[in-house]
Amino acid sequence: MTAAAVLQDVRRERRFFVSLAAPALVLVGLAAMLPVIWILRQSFLTMGGALSTANYEKILSSGLTWSGLGTTLALSGATLSICMVLGIPLALTLASTSTRIANRVLILIMLPLWTSILVRTYGWLVLLRRDGLVNSTLQSLGLTDTPLPLVYNFTGTLIGMVHYMLPLFVLPVYAAMRDIDNNVIRAAASMGASLWHCVRTVVLPLSAGGILSGSTIVFIYTLGFFITPAILGGGKVSPISIRIDRTLSTFQDWGSASALGVLLLVLVLITGGMLFGLRWLLTKGARDA
Amino acid sequence: MLDAYHDSKLTKALLWIFSALILVFLMLPTLIVVPLSFSASDLLEFPPRAWSLRWYEVFFSSPSWMNALRTSLLLGVLTAVIAVPISFLACFAINRLGGRSAATVYGLLLSPSVTPGILLAIGLFFVLAKLGLVGTLTGVLVGHVVLAIPVAVIVLYPAINRFDWAQAQAARSLGAGWFRTMGGIILPQLGLSLSTAALMAFLTSLDEAVISIFVANGPSSTLPKLMFISLRDQIDPTIAAISTLWTLLISGVVLFFNLRERGQRP
Repeated sequence: MTAAAVLQDVRRERRFFVSLAAPALVLVGLAAMLPVIWILRQSFLTMGGALSTANYEKILSSGLTWSGLGTTLALSGATLSICMVLGIPLALTLASTSTRIANRVLILIMLPLWTSILVRTYGWLVLLRRDGLVNSTLQSLGLTDTPLPLVYNFTGTLIGMVHYMLPLFVLPVYAAMRDIDNNVIRAAASMGASLWHCVRTVVLPLSAGGILSGSTIVFIYTLGFFITPAILGGGKVSPISIRIDRTLSTFQDWGSASALGVLLLVLVLITGGMLFGLRWLLTKGARDA
Repeated sequence: MLDAYHDSKLTKALLWIFSALILVFLMLPTLIVVPLSFSASDLLEFPPRAWSLRWYEVFFSSPSWMNALRTSLLLGVLTAVIAVPISFLACFAINRLGGRSAATVYGLLLSPSVTPGILLAIGLFFVLAKLGLVGTLTGVLVGHVVLAIPVAVIVLYPAINRFDWAQAQAARSLGAGWFRTMGGIILPQLGLSLSTAALMAFLTSLDEAVISIFVANGPSSTLPKLMFISLRDQIDPTIAAISTLWTLLISGVVLFFNLRERGQRP
């Protein structure tokens, strides 16, 4: 067989493999890429169909967009902070126990992940209402006289979002902590490092990759969250995702809604890119060492 | 991991108490709806003063809820049936291609999972409108399959990568046809991953709400879409019955898979 024939054979084989992936690629192209491309195009068109940046000027000159942007970043930032405060100790506890027990507990952590987001949102409504279980417990304990406004506001949305994201944050952090060599911890202990010191200077830096993965997941997901703010926000919490819906349902303004959509996408790309870059730098240090 | 610290019993106890509280936080919203679903009252009082099955009756005797249930289950099954085979083929292709083209295909297939749902929903609404498919089962199905593909790929790709393809080649060279190789060599070993992928695809579709809210209509309305509308407008105790049934179903499925997996790997 000549070299040219072999090359042709290899090419034919590659084409065959690409054709195996074709059905999935065509579907993703048709139902995920095309819609996004269309939104990009629509954001630069006026109602009459002329090419312009009018939609962007319109949304960027509106105070609603900026407050929406602020709400989006505040929700995502607060969700991530709380996930870290709750999730890192939880992951640490799991990583410190036997794999058998950890796996059992992990099932409990995963269970909410399997239940519908609407079931969970409903559960929070029931718990957090004025006459809900949380308020009635607080009142019967005498901790508060009047019911606290826990739902249909920022607080309620935040609780729902943390509840959704926490399992997704804990999993990569736990995996990273599991991978830490026990001898490193023993060495730290034998050299007299206190538990707290060991966690801060050994465990956390060594699991930074997992914490970054978890943070990336939390941020990318929460930036576009729709269901939770739509229900637990009760119309008073308006991140970009809610703004998009309202621009469409109230004004039928596809141009502005698309421009807001592009803004959201840019936000996802920037934060996603930043977190990926950070992880790359982190693993680069490990690679060079 | 913290075994080296023998004298830190208090810290460890505190960590466990903290973790237990988080577990309560995670489980509570799902569990609270169970007693409420058996309440006789129109109000969401807790604990309920009288018990009844009336909300289950409301659910099972309502044509719109029943239609949404049927639509959701049908969409879930169709999503799994379509997404898993095409993801399997794609993962096989990625495994064989290697290099940059493999990374590109992999990235493209995962991209729907990081695109904000609301963007996919309004974009898909327009694309479907052009094709005259808004409000149809086909339209919603396309949206669900595209969200299930990343999930199926994430489950299947590592399994296909681990699989020793020399076995398949050996079977082929010994004269087994494609069907025998598939049924005798490939499926028995990848069966667990394939069924996990199918379950995940089914659950992805069953729980999907944002695309359904924007794209589905009338008979193509899914259970989450109706639940969303019902929760936004007023709190209806029927949702408690649906939620309880849902949680029961999911717990059963997870338990079943967990036991089976344990059976496979003693």
